[in-house]
Amino acid sequence: MPVTIRVTVNGDERVAEVAPRDLLVHTLRDELGLTGTHIGCDTSSCGACTVHLDGEAVKSCTVLSVQADGHEVTTIEGLAGADGELHPLQQGFWEQHGVQCGFCTPGMIMAAADLLARNPNPTEEEIRHGLEGNLCRCTGYHNIVKAVQHAAAVQAPAEVTA
Amino acid sequence: MTSVGTPLKRKEDPRLITGRGNYTDDMALPGMLHAAFVRSDEAHARITVDATGAREHEGILAVFTGEDIDVAAPMPMAWVPPGIEVNTPERWPLARGEVNHVGDPIALVLGRSRAEVADAVGDVIVAYDVLPVVTDPEVALESGSPLVHEALGTNRSHEWSLGGGDIDAGFAAADVVIERRIVNPRIAGAPIEPRSAIADFRAGELTLWSSTQVPHFVRLFMAIVLGTSEDKVRVIAPDVGGGFGAKLQFCAEEVAVSWASRKLGRPVKWTETRADHMATCHHGRDQIAYVRMGATRDGKITALHVKIIADFGAYFGMLTPTIPSLGAFVMTGVYDIPAVKTDIVGAFTNKCMTDAVRGAGRPEATHLIEVCIDQLAAELDIDRLELRRRNFIAADSFPHEVAYGVVYDSGNYQGTLDRLLEHFDHGAFIEEQARLREHGVYRGVGFSTYTEICGLAPSRVTGPEGFGLQTGLWESAVVRVHPTGAVTVFTGTSGHGQGHDTVFAQIAADRLGVSPEVVEVVHGDTGTGPMGLGTYGSRSMAVGGESIARAAERVAEKAKRIVAHQLEAAPEDIEVAEGTFRVRGTDKGMALAEISGIAHVRPELLPDGMEPALEEHAFYDPENFVFPFGAHACEVEVDVETGKVTVRSYAAVDDCGNPINPMLIDGQVHGGITHGIGQALYEHIAYNDAGQLVTGTLVDYALATAAEVPSFVTDRTVTPSPVNSLGVKGIGEAGTIASSAAVVNAVIDALRPLGVSYIDMPCTPLRVWTAIQEARP
Repeated sequence: MPVTIRVTVNGDERVAEVAPRDLLVHTLRDELGLTGTHIGCDTSSCGACTVHLDGEAVKSCTVLSVQADGHEVTTIEGLAGADGELHPLQQGFWEQHGVQCGFCTPGMIMAAADLLARNPNPTEEEIRHGLEGNLCRCTGYHNIVKAVQHAAAVQAPAEVTA
Repeated sequence: MTSVGTPLKRKEDPRLITGRGNYTDDMALPGMLHAAFVRSDEAHARITVDATGAREHEGILAVFTGEDIDVAAPMPMAWVPPGIEVNTPERWPLARGEVNHVGDPIALVLGRSRAEVADAVGDVIVAYDVLPVVTDPEVALESGSPLVHEALGTNRSHEWSLGGGDIDAGFAAADVVIERRIVNPRIAGAPIEPRSAIADFRAGELTLWSSTQVPHFVRLFMAIVLGTSEDKVRVIAPDVGGGFGAKLQFCAEEVAVSWASRKLGRPVKWTETRADHMATCHHGRDQIAYVRMGATRDGKITALHVKIIADFGAYFGMLTPTIPSLGAFVMTGVYDIPAVKTDIVGAFTNKCMTDAVRGAGRPEATHLIEVCIDQLAAELDIDRLELRRRNFIAADSFPHEVAYGVVYDSGNYQGTLDRLLEHFDHGAFIEEQARLREHGVYRGVGFSTYTEICGLAPSRVTGPEGFGLQTGLWESAVVRVHPTGAVTVFTGTSGHGQGHDTVFAQIAADRLGVSPEVVEVVHGDTGTGPMGLGTYGSRSMAVGGESIARAAERVAEKAKRIVAHQLEAAPEDIEVAEGTFRVRGTDKGMALAEISGIAHVRPELLPDGMEPALEEHAFYDPENFVFPFGAHACEVEVDVETGKVTVRSYAAVDDCGNPINPMLIDGQVHGGITHGIGQALYEHIAYNDAGQLVTGTLVDYALATAAEVPSFVTDRTVTPSPVNSLGVKGIGEAGTIASSAAVVNAVIDALRPLGVSYIDMPCTPLRVWTAIQEARP
């Protein structure tokens, strides 16, 4: 039987009727129309569905929608500024050609945002290990690493130059 | 201000980085039903199906089984090696009475929601009368083997050979002959976006959105299989989340949902699960090669004979039987070998069918050549790079016809190797390697010097009179200038991550004196622009890009005549420079917008007899393939206690002719290398003897993550192709074709002091550790 949940999604309070077994990724995509969050596997391996739950990266295929009741969710659609200004990671992925087919990109960016929140100036190795829960078949990760470094430099120029 | 050759940022990225992409599964239509397939749990069985329970489920509208899907023709197979008969098993969208591999589709369940159909799938009861199973292609070819298809009377699909030169004389002239059995294991394409399709049949016409690399092929075959005409079928590939060959297919599921939409009068969506993808989307590789390479004592290769046993699985996909033939086309690699012969035998087994996966035949050929030349170097005790140099086709001998008649367009193999060694200090590595070995640290370097055959086309070679593809392989383009000077380019290629919106805009923009910003590229929709052939075989730039260049050139020629007429000059005196069509040597000229304004709004000002508007098309069928090439070096460290291999560095110098957008070329190379590293070290579609898939998820099937690969050193040399006016060659598959051999050669190099002289892919810790134990005296 359906359950009513209230979730703050990208700053807006949203109400949805969900089944107890519904996964957050399905509610985001099918009920709330936020299709930027993708599904690439059945086993929480690929990370294409990564969103932020109360500011921390989660794989939304591994969160029941009812678990998000009363919490805050940020998806790729909520990452840019209100005026459309790109987030430094979005800029980085564009500038450094961190995108090819784009399917892993939203999850990759959300995972990287969490990484930079915890570690504003990561080494290459820290970036690589920080993103190992997100699979990309196109880029070989080379330019994704550069994109994250680009964002880190934009966000924390003092640490980079120090 | 030319754009070609510059690393222009991609035009498609703003939507993709903000979550505004539009992939097939992102879409929903009013009244849309969801589809799921009941799939075989057994590798080989006769089946009876009872769908009563499923039909009683809440929200289920229909369940269809094999014979219900009364299509006009079986699933097509489009490419047959020439001059032979090929045993072709009949295949229908759903199994009819018998299943032949785990995952074979048995029933189609249609309902209101994804969850409801998933529930109902479990209540379609399939009774299996199990039949004997064969999974090993060499066993399958033995007499007395269980037959995958009783009706064919054999598991042998066909035999086909390609060769040239006197192979017996070549081996007679050899002082040394090495022999090696090389297994190229089965892998998955595994794009991160699973396959997905939405079929909407209304008022006698089908619109199919599909995550495909080949919308035009899908339309053609769909019209045939549904028994309708192409004008009643429109196929749209929206944003496609990677392909790697996995989406170079005409899928049974696409047919089933299209048929169901026609039957029920409702739109139908199907999106596969990852488990479905791993079990049922065609796989790649799965070849066993018996290689004999003969050489003189001083290292001149005199003969190469390769026998390939290709495991095709249970059925043919669109191109299956020709995939190993593509490898035969480049079996000589970058070497001048006077006698070469490739014998191919195809085998059916109770496994998912194989077909194209990134490289499609050429990675297998390149891997065996490049591994065997290292083996030969060890046998002759000649430096591996020196042995390569002694056998390289000379840079001054292009175009070069190899022993079996293929003509390489251009190359400079010594040049890419020399450039590679500027990035990888081989001498310093050897010293460090020796020093570290004394401390129990085992490092190795592997090289791969490759060429490949791509730019699929040309029709006279690939078509029915040549290598047997049942269509021409050319490409189309339309370049349309709008009245205000904006430009739309239609291409018959169908990008899925390559950056076509950007590079094709660059090509057209330069010829029309405008910024790429105002050039929109439209692809992946059979309802717009002319027929094309799609994206695979590293063909989009060399064939599709050239088509656009030619169409744009025709627009420019017409524009020049208009300008000449307006400014009272000769058309041949008009040049495109600094954003205008101007009279050479003057500052008099007109921008494209002015010209197009006249062509559309003031046609009375056009030269006598000239048609209005400003739009041209081109259909381009090249004279030859193109042959990119390069040299790669991979450095690994092997933990000899655990067998774990770590890639420490990777350097690649590739030559794909004139670069259109060097940033995107590097991106293709990075991804290609990682694909090859993945195959060399991690990826393996494995079945057990009962035909059960044991690597059916991304937990068991290991794609490389960011933590498993290093940043890459990439560089280029530029040897233009003489085949097309752009001077370009393909680059989408080159990294994958080159890299697996470099990795495996590196692992072997690391372990030679321990007595390991050869190892098959994937070099997993278990396999490496086992090889070390077995080599111990």
